[in-house]
Amino acid sequence: MILDLQHIYKDYNQDKLVVPVLKDITLQIAEGEYVAIMGPSGSGKTTLMNIIGCLDKPTSGEFYLEDMDILKLKDKELSSVRLNSIGFVFQSFHLMPRETALENVSLPLSYAGVKKKERKERALKALERVGLEDRATFMPTQLSGGQKQRVAIARAMVNNPKILLADEPTGALDSKSGAQIMELFQKLNDEGVTIVMITHDQNIARHAKRIYNIIDGEISEEIREEEHREEV
Amino acid sequence: MLENIRLSFKGIWSHKMRSFLTMLGIIIGIAAIIAIVSTIEGTNEQIKENIIGSGDNTVDISLYQGDWIYEMGYEGIPAGVPVINEDILEEIKDIPHVVEASVYLSRQDYEGVYYLNTSLSGGYIMGVDENYFSTCNYIIQKGRGFTEKDYTEFHKVAILDRDSAEALFQGEEPIGKTVEIKKEPYIVIGVVTEAQEFEPVINSIDDYYTYAEDSAGRVYIPDSTWPIIYQFDEPQNLVLQVESTDDMTDVGKEGASILNAYLNVSDDTIKYRAEDLLEQAKQIQQLSESTNSMLIWIAGISLIVGGIGVMNIMLVSVTERTQEIGLKKAIGARKSNILGQFLTEAAVLTSLGGIIGVATGIALAEVISKVTEMPVAISIPAAVASVVFSMIIGLIFGMLPSYKAANLDPIEALRRE
Repeated sequence: MILDLQHIYKDYNQDKLVVPVLKDITLQIAEGEYVAIMGPSGSGKTTLMNIIGCLDKPTSGEFYLEDMDILKLKDKELSSVRLNSIGFVFQSFHLMPRETALENVSLPLSYAGVKKKERKERALKALERVGLEDRATFMPTQLSGGQKQRVAIARAMVNNPKILLADEPTGALDSKSGAQIMELFQKLNDEGVTIVMITHDQNIARHAKRIYNIIDGEISEEIREEEHREEV
Repeated sequence: MLENIRLSFKGIWSHKMRSFLTMLGIIIGIAAIIAIVSTIEGTNEQIKENIIGSGDNTVDISLYQGDWIYEMGYEGIPAGVPVINEDILEEIKDIPHVVEASVYLSRQDYEGVYYLNTSLSGGYIMGVDENYFSTCNYIIQKGRGFTEKDYTEFHKVAILDRDSAEALFQGEEPIGKTVEIKKEPYIVIGVVTEAQEFEPVINSIDDYYTYAEDSAGRVYIPDSTWPIIYQFDEPQNLVLQVESTDDMTDVGKEGASILNAYLNVSDDTIKYRAEDLLEQAKQIQQLSESTNSMLIWIAGISLIVGGIGVMNIMLVSVTERTQEIGLKKAIGARKSNILGQFLTEAAVLTSLGGIIGVATGIALAEVISKVTEMPVAISIPAAVASVVFSMIIGLIFGMLPSYKAANLDPIEALRRE
């Protein structure tokens, strides 16, 4: 299992009141899977994503990522897990506004200590992977929403992580661009990347091979019959 | 690191106005320091130039009582002061860097020298040996110098310097005329002048006191005729010519201590002491430096204020860029990466301010020199030190904002949309 969450609980303290956000989440995802975690807003899905993304720690439970006991890792080690094992894609892209597409993509490489020349080569390759090699010198403001998200995906993939973690990746896009992103995800998944996608949109979730529903902090896998993945 | 510097410049450039205003405190502080230091350096250079020019690398060693040159007029000859003979003189000449040494007697006499009814008031009467003029780098401008006969046959002949010639004769030809020195007639045989003509630049009252002596007139007579007008065995003075200006102080001290070893006086405040201009000038330099170092401290305060300004803006910048920081942490940046980025930014900002400040300071110094006619000298070490110092200010005051940035919770940071 590339991701193995066992009995994860997460509470928030609000004015001496303990608010449970995640309740007994057990979730296992194998390498190469394409999984959607679906739930309405306030269901705790973003908290779950933060935990999977090693940005947040659960109140209790166990969490293994590539067989590493994540909850025992130190801050520095968590940084390197995020750098090498996980690629993040956000709803609002989070590109550096004053950097070109290429510079945005090569950002994680600089944290990985990759030399400048190699950085450029690998960033270009990553842009190629998302079909934007001709936009390398463009600033984010010169790109459409869909293109921005593809740059963000290139950035997430540039260090060749095994896991792509996407938080509402199409939330800020029109349906056509959204469909392109979904195609890209499918392509990456076909190449062996494990994809975990958080969304509230059933049409988007349907692209995944497995869907978890999360409601009020409790998770359940959707058992679904064979269906048409093509519709958006 | 280079990447961070590149990013910093980008950030600074994208907020030109803000960056400039942030740097302003540093710019003003550094500019003030550079301007002050340049003025100090300029003055010091000039003081040194004055000495090299006026003293021709000569050191005078005289008998002092306490802090003042021993005054023959009041005290009489002190017992136990040796006559500086050939042996002692040889010993002095063996001091390293001594080129030439010469013995002379000297008195300042207010009514001592007359030509007709004109007196040389405030002038010096000097009894000198054969080597004196060459030791002091004087040349005979008119007439002749002293000959051996003048010494052995006690000729009452006198040589004037240009100041005394001017004061006594006022344009009249002095050679061959008779002047009265302590009521004794002396025939003027020559006029001497410094080999290198030099007029010291006088900027302050201190300068005046240091160099004024040079413009008082002097009348030279063979030291063998000294007892005719004064007394036998008066305390002698030494003048040494040394190789370079920097040797003056050490050679002077060494010479004085050799002479002091021969001294056998009951009053222990009576001692030989070297009176070299370099030492005096150093004191003047120190004085001007200590006043100016106060100014530098004040300018330093403006640097601290500037540093606080930088800290303030950096804190704003961290808040503004919370999302950026959150994202960077999410994609794998370590705390140290974020810390480095912001520290670099602060250091680049203040270094840039430092560089602009140095440029402004140099311009300011040039303006000061034009307006006040004070000399300035741009000090490269001071300029480099200023830039390094402003960088350090950036690092110190960037610390707090950078730590704040590095410790941001990425979840919180990303949530702020």
